[in-house]
Amino acid sequence: MALENLFSLVKERWKTPSERADTPESAVNTGANTAVKTEKPADKQATVFKCPRCMQVTPSDVYADNLKVCPACNYHGRMSAKERLKIFVDSGTFNEFDKDMTSLNPIDFPGYDEKMGNLREKTGLLDAIITGTASIHSIPFVIGIMDSNFLMASMGSVVGEKITRAFEYAEQNGLPLVMFTASGGARMQEGIISLMQMAKTSAAAAKLSESGGLFISVLTDPTTGGVEASFASLGDIIIAEPKVLIGFAGRRVIEGTIRQHLPEDFQSAEFQLEHGFVDMIVERKALRRTLRHILRLHGYRGDKNAAK
Amino acid sequence: MPQNKSAWDCLQLIRAKNRPTVENYIPLIFDEFIELHGDRHFGDDKAIRGGIASFEGLPVTVICQVKGRNLQENKNANFAMPHPEGYRKAMRLALQAEKFHRPVICFVDTPGAFCGVDAEKRGQGEAIAQSLYLFSKLKTPVISVILGEGGSGGALALAVCDRLAMLENAVYSVISPRGAASILWKDSSKEKDAAEVLKITASDCKSFGIIENIISEPVGGAQNSPEETSENITAFLNETLLELEKLSVEELLRARYNKFRKIGVYSE
Repeated sequence: MALENLFSLVKERWKTPSERADTPESAVNTGANTAVKTEKPADKQATVFKCPRCMQVTPSDVYADNLKVCPACNYHGRMSAKERLKIFVDSGTFNEFDKDMTSLNPIDFPGYDEKMGNLREKTGLLDAIITGTASIHSIPFVIGIMDSNFLMASMGSVVGEKITRAFEYAEQNGLPLVMFTASGGARMQEGIISLMQMAKTSAAAAKLSESGGLFISVLTDPTTGGVEASFASLGDIIIAEPKVLIGFAGRRVIEGTIRQHLPEDFQSAEFQLEHGFVDMIVERKALRRTLRHILRLHGYRGDKNAAK
Repeated sequence: MPQNKSAWDCLQLIRAKNRPTVENYIPLIFDEFIELHGDRHFGDDKAIRGGIASFEGLPVTVICQVKGRNLQENKNANFAMPHPEGYRKAMRLALQAEKFHRPVICFVDTPGAFCGVDAEKRGQGEAIAQSLYLFSKLKTPVISVILGEGGSGGALALAVCDRLAMLENAVYSVISPRGAASILWKDSSKEKDAAEVLKITASDCKSFGIIENIISEPVGGAQNSPEETSENITAFLNETLLELEKLSVEELLRARYNKFRKIGVYSE
């Protein structure tokens, strides 16, 4: 498409750059548009959801009842790992791996320990991912869910290690793996060690694949940077939620290079589908059924005792 | 012996116009390099070049990121920032090396993978991911040397290998110091401080267990004698190839997996 055409698609919101001052401070790649603006007073945040895609304001309870999907434009908003767990897996089947794993400060990055302490308190998580076994319509599988509330789900040692162990567990136990990805990229605060997590997780994905195991990657808002450029893009089947951000480079980095605003749909799930990088876009409310169907087509069957 | 320079000193040296590039080293290290072009899908990326050559009598596949030595060369090579087709060419050549049982020797020198509209449309992230995936299981020895800038995922895509070495003044970083400064302090001019904080020098990387070897440069830097530098690179490659050739494919792949598998710092 000609750039002129793309630019004609730019919507109103690009005229108010202040609305976009929402860089996830922690993540290397800063392509994300956060769903809730931190600058707003706390009481406003609590009662309404302003859609980062269509700018429509929705009462928070309506938004929550709608599985955190914008009723106006169908943007699939961010959810915590625990919220996702609740809606996607059979109740009471989740058995968490590596519950107590926590990051250290490998390169003595100034302020990292304090930042992590605050985030742990705020989110109730030790790091940006939960992994474990669970079942979906009684079919046992290994699950990983990244949580963008925690340092924009950047991938440091803990995230990398837990993902790698999830791949290895799936391989050793003949289970399929479903990974819900979200990330701003590698975790700068862990320096070069975080970059290596891209190689480690991709190698683990290769091992599962060589053993014939199924890996389904579900890309949620936002899946960018070093996570998009590693295991998230290596699913046998790659599913994306509608309207989520998926890409390698941050939007503003690219805008800085070409000195133009990019169109609204740049790096959206729909953009990635059009360019051949995701297999399908599935709505949240239909995802359980889709996953069951895919798992069954790969020969995985429900077993009441399997996901202990 | 490696001198302990600050990250900032290293950056000044490797960004200097007179820093030798892979173009200087290839004729000094290899005999009869034959360049092979294109990814067979989209085009021929000039930021990543590859081909076959003879190294001390042994056929090898060479894949390298190309920095220009002047503005024209840099424009041609997109300032060594590859597009997806560059990584796809690298993968094609790596698979060819596997088929013909040739070791792969990669030279890394990039500020990072290119960030642009077309790169996104053609799947920059997917190309890097596939590269990590492929090199992690490639059934032939892979050796990488970081010559100057090892910039993030764009460098890592050619650095999933059995042995990774850095030239003494090279850097390897998850994010450019400038990018880190703008995120950390909203001020990209604090690049120098960020460079130190990120711990990006060869000796930092060695101490974290990210690289196996540091290759010495002549006093004052590689520009003072590309010949001496390439002799040092040759000696490293020679020694390492001899070592790797002793391993069976299974041993090689297991060791490569474990090399990355153990990287991570956490408590549980």
